[in-house]
Parts: sequence; C-alpha cells; structure tokens
Amino acid sequence: MSENTLAPSQLDQRDASWYVDKLVQILMFVGGISAIIFIIGIFVFITKEGLGFLFEGFSFTEFFGSINWRPTSANPTYGALALIVGTASVTGVAMLVAIPFSLGAAVYISEFATGRTKETLKVLVELLAAIPSVVWGFIGMSIMNEFIIEVFDVPIGLNVLNAGIILGLMAAPIMTTIAEDALKAVPDRYREAAEAMGATRWQIIRQVIMPAAKNGLVSAVLLGVGRGFGETMAVLMASGHAINIPTSPFDSVRALTATIAAELGETAQGSEHYGALFALGILLFIITFIINLAADLVVRGIRKK
Amino acid sequence: MTARFAATELNLSNYRTERRYRLMLFSMTAMLVLPVLIILGILVLKGAPMISWEFLFEFPRRGMTEGGIYPALLGTIFIVVVDLIFAMPIGVAAAIYLSEYAPDNWLTRTINLAIINLAGVPSIVHALFGVGAFVIFFGFGTSILAAALTVAIMTLPLVIVATRESLQAVPQAFREACWSMGASRWQTIFAVVLPNAISGILTGLILEVSRTAGETAPIMFTGAAFFLPFLPESVFEQTMALSLHLYVVSTQVPEVPEALPYGVALVLIGIVLIMNAISIVFRSYLRGKKKW
Repeated sequence: MSENTLAPSQLDQRDASWYVDKLVQILMFVGGISAIIFIIGIFVFITKEGLGFLFEGFSFTEFFGSINWRPTSANPTYGALALIVGTASVTGVAMLVAIPFSLGAAVYISEFATGRTKETLKVLVELLAAIPSVVWGFIGMSIMNEFIIEVFDVPIGLNVLNAGIILGLMAAPIMTTIAEDALKAVPDRYREAAEAMGATRWQIIRQVIMPAAKNGLVSAVLLGVGRGFGETMAVLMASGHAINIPTSPFDSVRALTATIAAELGETAQGSEHYGALFALGILLFIITFIINLAADLVVRGIRKK
Repeated sequence: MTARFAATELNLSNYRTERRYRLMLFSMTAMLVLPVLIILGILVLKGAPMISWEFLFEFPRRGMTEGGIYPALLGTIFIVVVDLIFAMPIGVAAAIYLSEYAPDNWLTRTINLAIINLAGVPSIVHALFGVGAFVIFFGFGTSILAAALTVAIMTLPLVIVATRESLQAVPQAFREACWSMGASRWQTIFAVVLPNAISGILTGLILEVSRTAGETAPIMFTGAAFFLPFLPESVFEQTMALSLHLYVVSTQVPEVPEALPYGVALVLIGIVLIMNAISIVFRSYLRGKKKW
C-alpha cells in the first residue's frame, strides 16, 4: 500500500533545468516589456527637461499663436506657429508626391508585376528605403537645389518644394512597402471569384482589392505622414531653415524637428531656451504618437471584421 | 460548323482600359525609382574621384577642407559595435518573448503598440531623450556610450520585428516534437527554435548595422563631435561619426571643395547599401535552402 505513496519532498520534481527555465522566462519577459519601458522613459525624460519651461516661460497663446520664435533676443519669445506651419507645409508637399506614386507602385508590384520584375522592384524599393536621411539632406542641398534654381528660375532652391520632394522620395518606399503588404493580405480567393465572373484585372483591383485593402492603405498613408512630421536631417538641410509662413512653394521654411536639431547644441542645459526646445519635442512626440495610434487602430479595424 | 470566339466591343474596351491603367501604374513605379537612381548616379559620378586610400585612412586637415575621413569612419564603427551590444540581446529577448511566451492579451497588444511607436517617434525626439536620460541623468556625458544607447533604443523595433518574423516562421511541429521528448520550454527554444531562426536574426543584425551607421540626429547631441584631432580611447569619450561628418562638411564648414561632401556621402551610402544588399542576398539564399 505504501509503495505508491511518495514523501512530500519526492513530489517536488523541480530540478535545475526547471529553475533555468523560469529564470529565462523572466528575462525574456523583461526584454518583451522593454519597449513599453522605453516609450514611457522617453515621455518622462523629455517632459522632465521641458517641465521648467512649461511652468515658467510657456504661454499657450504665444506658443501656438505667434510666429515669433526668438529665443536668443533680449526679450525672448517662443512662438512655434511658423515652425508648425513649416513642418505641415513640407509634409503636405511630400504627401502630394508620395501618396499617388507609392500607392500606384504598390498596386503595380502587387497585382501586375510577376517573377523577376517583381523581385527586382521589391529589392529596389527596399534599398531606396535604406538611404540615410543625412544623405537625402545633402542631395537636397546640392543636386535638388541646383535643379530647382535651373528649372523654376528662382534665386534660392532651398525651400518648401525642395524639402517636400526630398521627403516625398524618402517616405515613398516605406509607404510602398506597407501598402503592398496590405494588398498582399487580400486573400487570393477574392481575386479568383471576381475573375470567374469575367472581371478584368483592373476591374478586380478597383472594385475588389482596393476596397478590401482600404484600411491597410490608409494606415500606410498615415505612417508616411508620421514619418514626414518626424524627419529631421533632410528637412533641416533642404528647407532653407528660415522662420516664415510660406505663401508659395518657393518660400523657405523651418520645421519643428530642424529647430531642435539646429539650436540644441547652442543652449545651456536648464535654460529657458533649452526647456523650450524640449517643449517642441513633447509636441512632436504627442503628434506622432497620435498618428501611429490612429494607424494602428485603422489596421485593427480590418482584423475585427 | 465550328464555334468561333469573337471579342465583343465590350471585351475590347475592357482590354484597352486595362492596358492603359497597367501602363500608368508601371510609369508611376518607374517615376518613383528612376529619379532616385539618377540621383545616386550623380552622387557616384561626383564622389568617386574623391575616394582613395588617403581619403579613407587619413585625418581631416585644414579645418576639414582637406585630408580624409578616418576618425569619422572609425567612430561610426565604434558606435555601431556598442549599439549592437545593447540592441541585439534586448531585441532578440523581446522577440523570443513575443513569439514563444506571450499570450494574446492586453499586455502583448500594448507591447506591440509600444514597438510601433518606438519606430515612429521622430529621431530628434530620441535625441532629446538621449540627452535627458543618458547624458544628464545617468551621467555618461556626451560619449560613445550615450550615443550608442540612444540609437540602440531607437532602432530596437528593427531587431525585434526581424527576429520575431524568423522565429514565427519555424513550424510549430518542431517545438511540439521537442516538448514531447521532455524538453523544457527554454531547452526547446535554445536547441530547436533559435538554430532554425538564426538566418533571420543575422539579417536583422545586418540591417541594424546599416541603420545605425546612417543615423545622424540621435547622435548629434549625445556623443558625436563635429571635429576631434584624436581618436577616442574609451566609450566614455566623444567621437566623430561619418553621418554627422557629412552634415558638418556640407553645411558648417566654409570653403570646402565641392567634391569633398560628395565623397563622404558616397562612402556613407556605400556602407549602408552594401549592408542592405548583403542582407537581401543572404535572405534569398537561405529561403532557397529552407527544408520546410
């Protein structure tokens, strides 16, 4: 009778490998939540540095209503309106360039191209997405600058148009990749069903695939906009960096990101100017956070259906 | 009597519409790719005459208007190495957690959202975070360590996504076979899952190198210097970096010979594109070799 009964100490079969297993699980979990920790950390640290300014020098109406960004004058003012408009105008031009071409390219690669052409185009798009932003900035300053002066006969080629085109060329490969993924996610049976009804390829694209992939395409556009808002070096080098509300594409502007990049090196840590730059950082963080959240919600919309 | 198929007027017009749109979409794709290829061609034409042994292995001279890019090239390598030391373990651990352990709950969804946001936060905001956290709060000063940590956090999503994809590509049956032999979870991951996913992890590593080498904004204020007449001796010192060097010689230094920044740009873009090309070749080679 007692042969089958084990003493309590024998019931515990946890050996060294059990503990190793648990320890590893904890380590992997820490790695897993690190992304959350870092995102919170980013918000906490930029808020910490910007807090002094937000409580003292900051005025809501001046920050969002004034175009006077004069941090180094005797009576400093911190109006970010021109910077916000600068970022928005450059991003707007970039999206005019990037949205039609990247969606068109995504449809072509996903639905028309086959075999070797398809692989080559995908590889090219991937390589284009890898070009560093400082190189794009340099291209804007040198090649695109000369091109714009020559073609449009304007005195300065560093302007909204230049930065917008550069940014558009930068964002387009990424948007193409995301949009192509969204088109690829449409099940083949949709295509086959439409084909069986006698629809042509273009009819299938317009009436079956585009509606089915709509959310993914919207999300691709949103992520492109987010990328445009956050791009720093290329905009800094190609936009002309002049505080200005643009009235034409040939006006120079200054972007939020570029302002931080250009001025942070010259400020003393803890000063009002330094805090104001972190306040711009908080604004950028919140805008891009909302855009990314929206893109994620739009994508999740399809999954629920 | 033989039945003959004749295209109706409708068939023909559909066919013509289709051809028209196909051509339009193809030219849009071409317009996306060709201008960039032309621009790259100009970069190569103008930059290639600069590239020489001396350019790569000499210090800059005369206020960076002459000489080479050796300290910047070496500095970029330092930052990349330190970056990998932090980004790879954390990124691979996060990917293992998400692929092998994470249940489908709110925490996992939050992690995924955090990864998307980490990739979406502007690089200059990452720079502000690096200044606030590593340079000031943790007291690393402007150093290779602070710069590498900033870039590591910024590029973490790249490693996580590449690794997670390759882990998820390992068939579930492989794990089940291992479990039924009595192996623990970690033993299964270590002996079965990771070896089968190593190619994807290496691809992620190569992409990480390429991305880190090209980043400018996050290292500008955390550890990269405009000019240093000597090489850094530890990770707590500043360094020059290739990406920042391109910014400096093209905007901050007066009377730079026109070809010099083209040369720097060519070296930088060469490193980045070669790394990416390696990862693409590597990926397709391994895809062909895959047994399942």
